Amino acid sequence: MSPAKTSPAPPATGTELMTYREALRLALREELERDERVFIMGEEVGVFEGAYKVTAGLLAEFGPDRVRDTPISEEGFVGAGVGAAMIGERPVVEIMTINFLLVAMDQVVNHAAKIGAMFGGEVRCPLVIRTPNGAGNQLTAQHSQSFEGWFAATPGLKVVAPATPADAKGLLKAAIRDDDPVLVVENLAIYKERGEVPLDPEHLVPIGLANVAREGTDISLVAHGFATVRALHVAERLKRDHDVSAEVIDLRSLRPLDVDTVAESVAKTNRALCIEEGWPSYGVTAELAARIQRACFDDLDAPVERVGMAEVPLPYAKGLETAAMPNEDRITEAALATLGLRA
Amino acid sequence: MTTVAKATLRELWEQMLLIRVFETETERAYKAALIGGYCHLSSGQEAATVGTMHALAPEDLLITGYRCHGFALARGVPPEAVMAELFGRAGGCAHGRGGSMHLLDVERGYYGGWGIVAGQLPLATGLALGLVRQGREQCVLCELGDGAINMGAWHESLNLAAVWGLPVVFLVMNNEYGMGTSVERASAVTDLHRRAAAFDIRSERVDGDDLLAVVEAASTLLAAARSERAPAVLELVTYRYRGHSVADPGLAYRTPEEIEEHMHKDPINRVRRLLLEEGASDEELAELERAAGEHVAAAVESARADPPPPVSELAKGMYAPGSAAQFARMLAGAPFGERELVFAGGLGQ
Repeated sequence: MSPAKTSPAPPATGTELMTYREALRLALREELERDERVFIMGEEVGVFEGAYKVTAGLLAEFGPDRVRDTPISEEGFVGAGVGAAMIGERPVVEIMTINFLLVAMDQVVNHAAKIGAMFGGEVRCPLVIRTPNGAGNQLTAQHSQSFEGWFAATPGLKVVAPATPADAKGLLKAAIRDDDPVLVVENLAIYKERGEVPLDPEHLVPIGLANVAREGTDISLVAHGFATVRALHVAERLKRDHDVSAEVIDLRSLRPLDVDTVAESVAKTNRALCIEEGWPSYGVTAELAARIQRACFDDLDAPVERVGMAEVPLPYAKGLETAAMPNEDRITEAALATLGLRA
Repeated sequence: MTTVAKATLRELWEQMLLIRVFETETERAYKAALIGGYCHLSSGQEAATVGTMHALAPEDLLITGYRCHGFALARGVPPEAVMAELFGRAGGCAHGRGGSMHLLDVERGYYGGWGIVAGQLPLATGLALGLVRQGREQCVLCELGDGAINMGAWHESLNLAAVWGLPVVFLVMNNEYGMGTSVERASAVTDLHRRAAAFDIRSERVDGDDLLAVVEAASTLLAAARSERAPAVLELVTYRYRGHSVADPGLAYRTPEEIEEHMHKDPINRVRRLLLEEGASDEELAELERAAGEHVAAAVESARADPPPPVSELAKGMYAPGSAAQFARMLAGAPFGERELVFAGGLGQ
């Protein structure tokens, strides 16, 4: 394959409107250009141009060594990413959806996550795994899940979940430059979301720093990934229909988790509603609730509330699926209940 | 047949002795509660271990399963560092974090003992992929047990190695039992190396207790891996005298007679006879045996004297240096003790 590389453009400044998918691609392209050690590996990332087209065009630009198609063999190629990272490569492994990461769970949890501590800091594992979670397209029980909480529960891993195109670029780049294994959780519904993205190739979003996505005074909506998009819509609706001022905290990072930003918000609003795409029991919102009640015990005017996926394997029929999801109606009702505006 | 120089043969025999004495002493220390956790001994497998490590070049990479004391020693990790690791001391090769199953020595290209059966195979393909990407003409030796070949990771790793042409040799230490289950009861094919045919890669089955045969087979396959990026499977048929781990007497699934029969064909004695044939004297060899004993005794003393890792460094190494700042905002509402043990315990150092 002949590299179709054009002459380097002058250093970019300002921002450009693009989709989340394009922002990820821009981050990948910039990092592939910046660092020879970076390479992409995964199912259909090359010739097929990505199951969700995130890597479209990168094979033509960087060739098959840098954009490496794999067989359907997640345990094998996630582990290969771990091994390559151990000798200083910087693999970016794409898993088609987070559901398929389960067959590589042993390599992620029992291998990648253990390397730093188990070997006393003698070896590092600068690996990135990118994968989307999410439901909503009638993909049913085996293809509609959000397991990021499981990974965020594992010491040794870092987990980020960008909710905007700008953060998609900034967090993915930060993950690639990080010296530890980082899981970047994307989302199927969010790939087409548009937003202004900084063009500066050195623009990184720090891992471990949440973002106040919308300021408010009456209730804190705490979310990550696509739940942040839902929360922003709900905040708008609360303002319009109920004259409620909701603050939206976009966690951006699950491990490390920026509890400081959440606590500062709850200290101001005195009410917290935590939202996630996945099942709440033992989930991200369970962790948030535990930390908020401890950090903000004296600030709370109502119990911390949670909304997530109804705790069933996701059904196919559209009406059932919609009912089970953390949809905006359910989030709004939970917010109103937490505010004491519903029984 | 590869000829191993007389002086070299003597050195290899010394390594085999060192491993045997080390394992014997390890079992003693374990039973004296100086060593904890799981502890898998390799007595009886010394020819397979030392022979392959002799064939592996210093610049090549090694990755193993959890029965790894012998591989660490034969790779040149100082017995003091291995014993200190078994004792859970700060001076251990994994700073007291890994224990018996997780020895390593990155400077010697040893990327770890791993505790999940077959989990190290995907890592080995990644190490080999890294070598290829870096343009290095070296190879990876990946040790595994006969039980590991029934795992999915075996299939996925051999396939990737073949599809991508990776310089990795999978060394199957066939000691006839995966824990207490014999190869006959576990594998549809008992000539384990034949499994390689499914991936169209070369393979060989050799008497793993014949040091010179091991050196020859391993040298050939490793050389091809380096120069042709040809992956391979090397099955070494051997036997472990002790149980699966120190906690297993090793008699529920085999008879004392069977063990006795293997001890009669002891690989260390076989090399001893070769040395005698080549003109060594009993006195010389007895002197080497005594030296091995002294070396291991010194390692035990050194490990005993080594301090345990301080609790103030509980989280050291878990995340890369510089990560502490990323975690700084996670303290609020953290679980009891997290601040003292983890945040103050070297997180991100």
